[in-house]
Amino acid sequence: MTQNLSVSEQVRYSRHLMLPEIGIAGQLRLKESAVLLIGLGGLGSPLAMYLAAAGIGRLGLVDPDRVDLSNLQRQIIHSTTNAEQLKVDSAAATIRDLNPHVKVECYPVRFDISNAESLAAPYDVIIDGTDNFATRYLVNDIAVMQQKPNIYGSILRFEGQATVLNYKGGPCYRCIFPTPPPSGLIPSCGEAGVIGVLPGLIGMIQATEAIKVLLNANDTLQGRLLCVDAWKMKFRELKIRRNPQCSVCGDQPSITTLRDENYVNTCETLVPVTISMPLKLSIHEYRELRENQTPHILIDVREEFEFLTCNLGGKLIPLSKLKEHLVQLPKTAMIVVHCKSGGRSATAAKLLCDHGFEQVCNLEGGILAWIDQIDPSLPKY
Amino acid sequence: MDNPITIVFNGQDRQISAGLTVEQLLQEAAINSRFVAVELNGEILPRDQRNQREVQARDVIEVVTLVGGG
Repeated sequence: MTQNLSVSEQVRYSRHLMLPEIGIAGQLRLKESAVLLIGLGGLGSPLAMYLAAAGIGRLGLVDPDRVDLSNLQRQIIHSTTNAEQLKVDSAAATIRDLNPHVKVECYPVRFDISNAESLAAPYDVIIDGTDNFATRYLVNDIAVMQQKPNIYGSILRFEGQATVLNYKGGPCYRCIFPTPPPSGLIPSCGEAGVIGVLPGLIGMIQATEAIKVLLNANDTLQGRLLCVDAWKMKFRELKIRRNPQCSVCGDQPSITTLRDENYVNTCETLVPVTISMPLKLSIHEYRELRENQTPHILIDVREEFEFLTCNLGGKLIPLSKLKEHLVQLPKTAMIVVHCKSGGRSATAAKLLCDHGFEQVCNLEGGILAWIDQIDPSLPKY
Repeated sequence: MDNPITIVFNGQDRQISAGLTVEQLLQEAAINSRFVAVELNGEILPRDQRNQREVQARDVIEVVTLVGGG
């Protein structure tokens, strides 16, 4: 071992030194380690702070973005006075304040196919704090190619996931989710929201696991996908394994260089969107559909007061709010929309089709026709 | 529902028709099966088996969707 801990470092890390699992040898190991943190958003904020506080020797920070006011609800490494600064600079300042022993290396660039190899090469462990699938799959694949552990975390709304990938013979991300989703199918936090504490929760789980991996621990999240529902505050775990047929870490991988995969196009652009036309559904056809228990989602696009007067048990999404709810609806499911007499729902059906929903039906005549022809016990208005 | 069977789906008891494959169960739940991982009785069910494996009474099924935010 080439380094030693100074007196001030011994004081700073004294609570670590007391732990038999860390001790002086472990703390020196952390000091000699280099971690590349990709993304300095919600996950990256607590990650960078706790890894710096823990005494990781060298921290590489990758993020092309600048601090925006809307980040500060969760990205706690940045501050109001640092708005508009590069996130890597804002984060580096916080880290230096927290622990001047840490060497910080800033890369204010997007992690992409042109720089992934050279950015990842000088680091021992890669941490995935990215906010999009294109970069996530790229991070996964470069970690496999360079045989580095990848500490994974992701978040949306109240739901978070974390695991340790590509570590001690365990799975990679593609073993669980082989292919990236087309753009727009799965919303981002910017589109669907996220509770601010959630990236703190998941980011700190990632930081814990990163420290353990650097200490060569065996009892990590490797082989277990931890899923957190922060609204119900429930944790569940899925057993995950390396897939021998995996396209990147399998026995006969088809992706062996970054040029074998089109990271931008699979996720971000050029996804063919087929625009379908809404179908007209008569009241009797709809009754049959219900009687046959054909799987479908019924959306009521009227206003709340109308819904309270009478309804068919559909999901209430007033027409004016439909756009903001699109991300919550499955694109391939059968969707039936209705209103009072069929006008608003025709607009809604068209809107759904224009956004790539594949099976949209407009209930002709609306709830008034249903009351007239099927169920006169419902109050008419 | 003919001959309903009870399974545990995402931690909750759920009655479904007998004879459905895992893939059909996902469709019925309006879940896009391309972007989920399915755990059946404690093990990930490989994608190519979702069309073959029939859901049995008392199966415990967990579905995890891709989450991408950071």
